[in-house]
Amino acid sequence: MTLIEIFEESISVLRTNKMRTALSTLGIIIGIGSVITLMTLGQASQQSVRSRIQSLGANLLTVRPGSSQQGFLFGGQGSNTTLRYEDALAIQNSQRVNTIDSVAAEYSSRTQISSDKGNTNASVAGIAGNYFELRNITLSVGSEITEEHNQITAKTAVLGPEISTELFGEGVNPVGETININGQAFSVIGVTKSKGGNLDDMIFVPLQTAQKILFGVSHVSTVYVGAKSEDGMEAARNQLGYLLLERHRKTSPEEADFSIFSQEDLLETASEVTATFTALLTGIAAISLIVGGIGIMNIMLVTVTERTTEIGLRKALGAKRKTIITQFLMESVVLTISGGIIGVSLGLIASHFLTKRFSLPSIISWESVGLAVIVSSVIGIVFGLYPAYKASKLQPIEALRYE
Amino acid sequence: MLEARNISKIYENGGVRTEALSDISFKVEKGEFIAIIGPSGSGKSTLMHILGALDLPTSGKYILNGRNVEATSDDVLAEIRNKEIGFIFQSFNLLPRMSALKNVLLPMAYAGVPKNQRLAKAKEVLKVVGLEDKMENAPNQLSGGQKQRVAIARALTMEPSILLADEPTGNLPSHQSDEIIDVFEGLNKKGHTIVIITHNESIAKKTKRIITLVDGKIVSDEPNI
Repeated sequence: MTLIEIFEESISVLRTNKMRTALSTLGIIIGIGSVITLMTLGQASQQSVRSRIQSLGANLLTVRPGSSQQGFLFGGQGSNTTLRYEDALAIQNSQRVNTIDSVAAEYSSRTQISSDKGNTNASVAGIAGNYFELRNITLSVGSEITEEHNQITAKTAVLGPEISTELFGEGVNPVGETININGQAFSVIGVTKSKGGNLDDMIFVPLQTAQKILFGVSHVSTVYVGAKSEDGMEAARNQLGYLLLERHRKTSPEEADFSIFSQEDLLETASEVTATFTALLTGIAAISLIVGGIGIMNIMLVTVTERTTEIGLRKALGAKRKTIITQFLMESVVLTISGGIIGVSLGLIASHFLTKRFSLPSIISWESVGLAVIVSSVIGIVFGLYPAYKASKLQPIEALRYE
Repeated sequence: MLEARNISKIYENGGVRTEALSDISFKVEKGEFIAIIGPSGSGKSTLMHILGALDLPTSGKYILNGRNVEATSDDVLAEIRNKEIGFIFQSFNLLPRMSALKNVLLPMAYAGVPKNQRLAKAKEVLKVVGLEDKMENAPNQLSGGQKQRVAIARALTMEPSILLADEPTGNLPSHQSDEIIDVFEGLNKKGHTIVIITHNESIAKKTKRIITLVDGKIVSDEPNI
């Protein structure tokens, strides 16, 4: 009996019992479907994080207060006060630091914002230096915050597009309007173009204004440094690291009260986090696949028992053990592969809608599709093997007597 | 052609020894038409299973076409059943999912007969049993007698050297039994070797030799005149 004939046989067997076939593949469908969905979502969010971080600029170095031993993820912005605007100026003006292009500083904090039409809570960033250029921010209307605004502690503000919408409504040009930050009136001079992420949700004001008028602090939360080239990143990192150590009167890098990150570092950390989550969730989904496989094994064992007489007859007519094994394996593999294919399709549909819902890049991870099909056939073989073996071991005479 | 030499079959079940067959010896020549009769429990079916290579004797030898049928491997026995024996069961044992034709095709599929030859052969044997117009019917659309004729056709497809029928009319009303008896008679006339286990007097009468079993022993083996 050729494989094709055995395949046709199993299709006709599975057809005769449609309800059972559907129910027994359900476990596999759900398992494969959720693995595909989670893998796709994981990859999509990883890609989204990556492109967001890269859009910040590949040449960008970020200096934050607090040592890296404390960990920038846990230290929290603004909890350390060791970094000052003077540090940024020193970097800018130092003769020794020749690998950098421009410098910017930021002090940001959340506070209450209101306009005539609405109010909200948002992050207000006091900025100085080539901030917009370094962070790849462009304006859709109006003008930028300049050094002059800084010197006169002007109460001018540039809004992120989402804030603008929240305070003034969709499509309204707010330039020239007045907003209220922390009880102080600011005039809006511009709106940034949407970049996605939290930059859209920010309000930019001059650094001095933020420090002196709004929040009463003298430190900054971040210094941004643009290296001249991507290759010069390491040199720039060393140069400004040693400069800051000297300024802060520290003798060795271990004592540093600041940390320097490149986009690469952020990228790695973020990728690690999303990869771990993806692996974890996919692992849970994979467990459901094993459960599905056990369901298949269970139903195949029932099938073998039910069809004892048939197996006996087939053996009496000359079926060899191999043929019987192949027949029952074929049935379980057809079950799991068709479950796998349905699961893949459902998973792809689900991930399409979910990536849309969370505005993630929609990608189809073909390797996960291939993997799902391979995994489902392996499940069919592994969990079908024992029932098939059991069937092949039946003695024809015992099987025929079974009623 | 077929020879049973001192065949015994002993079952042991929970320490209880049952001797189903003891010291059975006989020969069957080509073209014979034999009935094996005896009361239930006399070991008829056990003997039939051994002759059909469905079971093996505890001791003694069973030689079929000069070949010793013994516990070599499951697959060797499967091949003997496939190529040399046509077995007909009391309960027909057709696969209910398949049409009569597909049931008849099955042994040829297991033998690996080229696909283009199978259909012609299946039609031929179905014609022999007079069912060429019922080929596409599923078993549940056939009468008992027709089912048994499909089973006979299936047994004929591999052109076995012997047909073994285990109570072939046991599940049939008498008028349908007659059609089966006619089929067997016709086949024997064409030269087929046939051994039938039966309770049915009228079948036994049509055969040419009757072997009587009682308590696992042959009590008589005589030509039927």
